[in-house]
Amino acid sequence: MGILTFKGGVHPYDGKDLSKNKPVRELLPKGELVYPLSQHIGAPANPIVAVGDTVLRGQKIAEAGGFVSAPIFSSVSGTVKAIEPRRVAVGDMVKSIVIESDGEMKEVEYTEVEDITTLSREEIIEKIKEAGIVGMGGAGFPTHVKLSPKEPEKIEYIIANCAECEPYLTSDYRIMMEQPENLVNGMKVVLQLFPNAKGVFGVEDNKPDCIAKLKRLTKNESRMEVAELQTKYPQGGERQLIYAVTKRAINSKMLPADAGCIVDNVETLVEAYNAVKYGKPLMNRIFTVTGDAVAEPQNYNVFIGTNYAELLEASGGFKTECKKIISGGPMMGFALFDINIPVTKTSSALLCFTQDEVAEYEPTACINCGRCVEACPELLVPSRLADFAERGQNDIYEKWHGLECVECGSCSYVCPAKRPLAQSIKTMKKQVLAAKRK
Amino acid sequence: MSDLYNVSSSPHVRSKDTSSRIMLYVILALLPTTLFGIYNFGVKALILILATIASCVASEWVFEKIVHKKSTINDLSAVVTGLLLALNLPPTLPVWEAILGGIFAIVIVKMMFGGLGQNFMNPALGARCFLLIAFAADMTNFAIDEYTGATPLAAMRNGEVVNTMDMLIGKTAGTIGETSAIAIIIGAIFLILMGVIDLRIPGTYIVTFVIFIVIFGGNGFDWNYITAQLCGGGLMLGTFFMATDYVTSPITPRGKILFGVCLGILTGLFRLYGANAEGVSFAIILSNCLVPMIEKITIPRAFGLVKEGKKHE
Repeated sequence: MGILTFKGGVHPYDGKDLSKNKPVRELLPKGELVYPLSQHIGAPANPIVAVGDTVLRGQKIAEAGGFVSAPIFSSVSGTVKAIEPRRVAVGDMVKSIVIESDGEMKEVEYTEVEDITTLSREEIIEKIKEAGIVGMGGAGFPTHVKLSPKEPEKIEYIIANCAECEPYLTSDYRIMMEQPENLVNGMKVVLQLFPNAKGVFGVEDNKPDCIAKLKRLTKNESRMEVAELQTKYPQGGERQLIYAVTKRAINSKMLPADAGCIVDNVETLVEAYNAVKYGKPLMNRIFTVTGDAVAEPQNYNVFIGTNYAELLEASGGFKTECKKIISGGPMMGFALFDINIPVTKTSSALLCFTQDEVAEYEPTACINCGRCVEACPELLVPSRLADFAERGQNDIYEKWHGLECVECGSCSYVCPAKRPLAQSIKTMKKQVLAAKRK
Repeated sequence: MSDLYNVSSSPHVRSKDTSSRIMLYVILALLPTTLFGIYNFGVKALILILATIASCVASEWVFEKIVHKKSTINDLSAVVTGLLLALNLPPTLPVWEAILGGIFAIVIVKMMFGGLGQNFMNPALGARCFLLIAFAADMTNFAIDEYTGATPLAAMRNGEVVNTMDMLIGKTAGTIGETSAIAIIIGAIFLILMGVIDLRIPGTYIVTFVIFIVIFGGNGFDWNYITAQLCGGGLMLGTFFMATDYVTSPITPRGKILFGVCLGILTGLFRLYGANAEGVSFAIILSNCLVPMIEKITIPRAFGLVKEGKKHE
């Protein structure tokens, strides 16, 4: 298989060297842990503990609020201190369970499965559902829903999203380097659900070591292969990844399953394996603390619920003045005004920059250069869409296919006039979709 | 609560490209043909070049002062307009007429429509056409030093034989910056390598034009004739530096192709059947007017959307 890719995209400075060679370190939380009830797409979870209750590590503290929802588990043993709104990465206040850790890490007992192949389809999906597994790449879509398409026999590709195209992030890279067996095992579990599918690991070619490792591990797996992808942002975008691997194109009205595909992030597959094999719910995740303002960039195995400030402290704090902190990658992450927010199932990184590149430039008039058109992976005309958005022209916005935007931010990145194109287009997309729901 | 940090919507990083850097690349790309023009036509050319640049930059600055807008002369676009205007003028033009052209380009064609990015017509070419109408005799007087006056295109119209080698190098009569095909192509290659322009517009422009003159030119497929037509007049300068002007060309990929086709046909029409031997300037500003229509019919189909009626497999 040659090097695969999609049309459009950009090449931002990747910054991965800061943290890519730092092995994952476990970081024990110190104080209280915060578990927002909404850390996935779908209905918020409902708390099943009360203030004052003692909980164990691995104990369910909130149950799924519907089919498209996921339960939440305590990652420490301790006492429920409060159930109240707390600030999360996107800036909202979200009802959260606050647990004071007793530092003892007393854990519930899990039931291990001897031989996964004896499990039925329903049993596997139930185990994944009951472990609270959601897409850990950032979207947080409940995995059991993704694994329950209408016609499972029509699924032809299970794609492991190993692209990690966001600059600076190295958590997926560390997982592939340190526990590739679990990734392959996770793929095996999912393939068991889809008899007609083959498993493809899509890895960007800036990670040749991962490609080599995965190729060696899957040498004797007839249903798995490794696809080398061109290093280009947003190679790990779901639609772009599906196209690169299968040459099938999906739009905003379709699900990957409509093109016979299911895409799962690296860590999601690993956690799905842990859930099915060991009965372990989702309690930890791999997290990168990096950026030019951080003293010692690191990759951590973090207990979900840990405060970002503790992670920064463990990395030696700021070495110089920090202007901007971001939860997630620089292309799609959320800028934080306050660092005191908890790690959730979908948090991947804390990025600290000494410069705010956005504030450095004053937006000027569009010169119609078309760089945004060349960069848009959805083949849209971002500069025009932003114009329509600024003027509130819903119909023309839709006519120029504004709803197909995947919000990757490539247009804003390349714009020589430094116009906040993605921001205008995203805002308008929300408005148009909201108007449609009415 | 601890310190507050900067927040903004994603993405949080920006490329190093800026509008003024792009303009700087265009100026650099115009240097070969500018220098050749000065070498070919002497100090008169240099004076005209400086006069139009100064007049463009000054009129932008003054206009923005008067209407209380932030000055935008630092984006270098007025310099590009001034330089392009000079390259489109005969070296013999009286300086005051050139200055008037610069004022017209900036104030009437550019600023009146809202400034950079808003004008629908290429300012330099708009001004050139204004000068052509206002000072027809001065604008078509190409007699200077060793050149007797007839441009190669005009000579060809009169049935004379032209030296295509001279035309490639640029040792002919003409406007300051249009004569040397080689100098223009060097600049164009630089712009393509720097990613400032691509071949969609120039490529379709040239191909359409060649097909048009082969069919209707009366000389059939004659290399000498085709080369002379391509190197003669403002075609080379126009196709690489003015038809590709971002602001006044379509932004849609298929629109660029259609735009190039329009340019090729119009240039062929004007050159073969028009009153002048030259037709590039008019072809470009006429096509500029078609841009909104062209964009409307070439809205790109988004990724993953299929044509109406065609089922997705």
